[in-house]
Amino acid sequence: MLNGYAGAILRVDLTTETITKQPLPVGLAEAFIGGRGFVAKTLFDELKPDTDPLGPDNLFIAASGPLSGQFMPASGKTHFGCKSPATGGYGDSNLGGHFGPALKYAGYDMLILTGRAASPSLLVIEDDSVSVRPADNLWGLGSLSAETRLKEEMGEDYQILTIGPAGENRVKYACITHDFGRQAGRVGIGAVLGSKNIKAIAVKGTQSIPVADPKGLLEEGKRAYRDVRAKPGFTGWTPEGTAGITDWINRVGAFPTRNFQTSYWDQHTQINGAAILRELKITDKGCYCCPTPCGKYGRAKTGLGDVYVEGPEFETNSLLGSNCLLGEISEVAYANYICDELGLDTISAGVVCSWAIECYEKGLLDRDAIGREVAFGDLASVVHLLECIARRRGIGDLLAEGVKQAAQKIGEGSDAFAIHVKGLEWSGYECRNAPGMMLAYMTSDIGAHHARAWVLGHDLAGSSGSVHDLIVSEAKSDKLPKSEVSGRAATVIESQHLRPLFDLLGICRLQFMELGFEVEHYERLYEVVTGKRMTWKQMLAVSEKVWQLTRSISAREIPGFGRGWDYPPERFMSEPVPDGPNQGHCISRKEVDILLDEYYAMRGWDSNGLPKVETLQAMGLADVAASMPEWACHRST
Amino acid sequence: MKLIAKSERCSGCGACRLVCALTNFAQVNPAMAALSIHGRFPAPGVYEIGLCDQCGVCAEACPVDAIEENNGVYLIDADTCIACGECIDACPHGVMFEHAQMDTPIKCTLCKACAEICPRDALQLAE
Repeated sequence: MLNGYAGAILRVDLTTETITKQPLPVGLAEAFIGGRGFVAKTLFDELKPDTDPLGPDNLFIAASGPLSGQFMPASGKTHFGCKSPATGGYGDSNLGGHFGPALKYAGYDMLILTGRAASPSLLVIEDDSVSVRPADNLWGLGSLSAETRLKEEMGEDYQILTIGPAGENRVKYACITHDFGRQAGRVGIGAVLGSKNIKAIAVKGTQSIPVADPKGLLEEGKRAYRDVRAKPGFTGWTPEGTAGITDWINRVGAFPTRNFQTSYWDQHTQINGAAILRELKITDKGCYCCPTPCGKYGRAKTGLGDVYVEGPEFETNSLLGSNCLLGEISEVAYANYICDELGLDTISAGVVCSWAIECYEKGLLDRDAIGREVAFGDLASVVHLLECIARRRGIGDLLAEGVKQAAQKIGEGSDAFAIHVKGLEWSGYECRNAPGMMLAYMTSDIGAHHARAWVLGHDLAGSSGSVHDLIVSEAKSDKLPKSEVSGRAATVIESQHLRPLFDLLGICRLQFMELGFEVEHYERLYEVVTGKRMTWKQMLAVSEKVWQLTRSISAREIPGFGRGWDYPPERFMSEPVPDGPNQGHCISRKEVDILLDEYYAMRGWDSNGLPKVETLQAMGLADVAASMPEWACHRST
Repeated sequence: MKLIAKSERCSGCGACRLVCALTNFAQVNPAMAALSIHGRFPAPGVYEIGLCDQCGVCAEACPVDAIEENNGVYLIDADTCIACGECIDACPHGVMFEHAQMDTPIKCTLCKACAEICPRDALQLAE
């Protein structure tokens, strides 16, 4: 028996409706811990060559970790993986809420879906009972509406994942939604579920997770909750949640504004954390066992509608708010609701909308193409675009492919302001004067996402402290000097091992990142749960191995993959920031090359950004190294 | 002393249910908890906590007198209980449960672990 794990993998071949339960291999747990590690290893081992991300051969994987569902702060994370529809390479995304713990209580550490159901279907998991049921009556419903219907029909004990019309229509940035507002938003994971004709997954678990030392877990868990409560951020950060960083982000000139044309917005207090509390919030909404709930559930009333919605959190505020210039928090929340119901990632959707509006302003898309006039700062414009995208109506069919492909189609220089890396739209931090964060976005394994590394504090405030420390810090100057580019790789790499480690363990990183909760807790909790001693440093080594593996998967899957896939958009390299604290700053292509050269060398990759054989072998990835001759990166695009 | 709920403070995290099962049964399994949380979503967007206030209705319903009061806490005598489920049906707060791995219904023992752990102070002790 593997303590800390449910001990089984559930496989469902949707084409043949074959349901298989297999023991969780001990070697997999020992070598890859869980969550993101399970996702990466499974994709490497089982993905067939040249798989279409939206074809039946792609895998949809949900995996928790050894600390998921355990008695400790924020043990509710679930990691999802697939070959990414957005990039064609390695893809993963995670969500909080209660799904992963429920899957574990049902007896499964990992769920792997393959094939394609013949018609719209619902997957129901109730402990040992697993069934694929018709869901024609749900197809076409919004994500939130479908969850509401299923809760009414099945009971509230079920933890439910749904997709919306965007997932059904295979929008490349369709998300999956859970618990009325938690999303695995990135890489188009919802499109993969939609391509398999799965509208929803419902899980109910009533079994115990075996742990090595229940008494020790009770003691360590209580200690952990006590220590979280003692952190200044417990009362300082929690009330506003992730949106609490908005003022600091704007103060240091990192707030994406007007499709990343600038990085500062003088209207930011209209959409910051305080505005959420003042105008929207009904209740704090916590993920499983979370003592510091960042979810702010509320009600937004606008001229377009009156809705209940969780959020907006910081990313949504940034990409749908400042980046589309929506100047009222109720408007941002309404757009957030539309995205949730349609099943669209608010990050990518915000970037695509802002790009389309800029194209309209520049005359690259006209009224006939878009179906109406659109403008920054106009909620109706944003909602129109979101509806078109999710239903692939008119211009939405092109925009649904993501900003990279849309810019390739429209041409006329529109790729210069298509803000993405590898085909994944950029999340909520502008960093023309934050070279470490720029490098983090450039080298993030799924594309331009902040979850893999976040070093803005280091870049712009010389701080390695918690986010709460940054929020309460005093402003030093109105104008920031140009940041030194060289010497950033080590900090970025450290963060790229640290943050994803939480994704291996199946827990939330925010107590650590935002409040400064000590990592020693996790070592002790891991030991009482699994019965095995593993230092934080040893866990970080596994995280590093997974990083090499995910890069290798993208190199294996994407023709021509390499250095050229790591560059930021032209806007950041040729347009100085027009105003705000970083006015006049941008990062040159030469500086970008310095970032990449230093990073590749420190990673053990060649000058084209491909892992060297000896690097993979040193990580215990000899099988990956042996597969290199067959990698698609060696073929032309 | 009894438990009281401040539902307006609850964020639905469920740590109370997990610590309940871990304290009383040494199990990591919220299905063995003796209290409930109901999320009312999408509207009105609130949580409702269900908990035992030691009202004693379960003891009155028990046909074999297996539930006895001791210092204001009603406890199930496992040797006497016949697991008929009458107490579960009778509980006015819906916070007595059955579980396949348990020989007797699950009932609050007023161990106080939930109130101790709740990070929101949504569960409190009162005289």
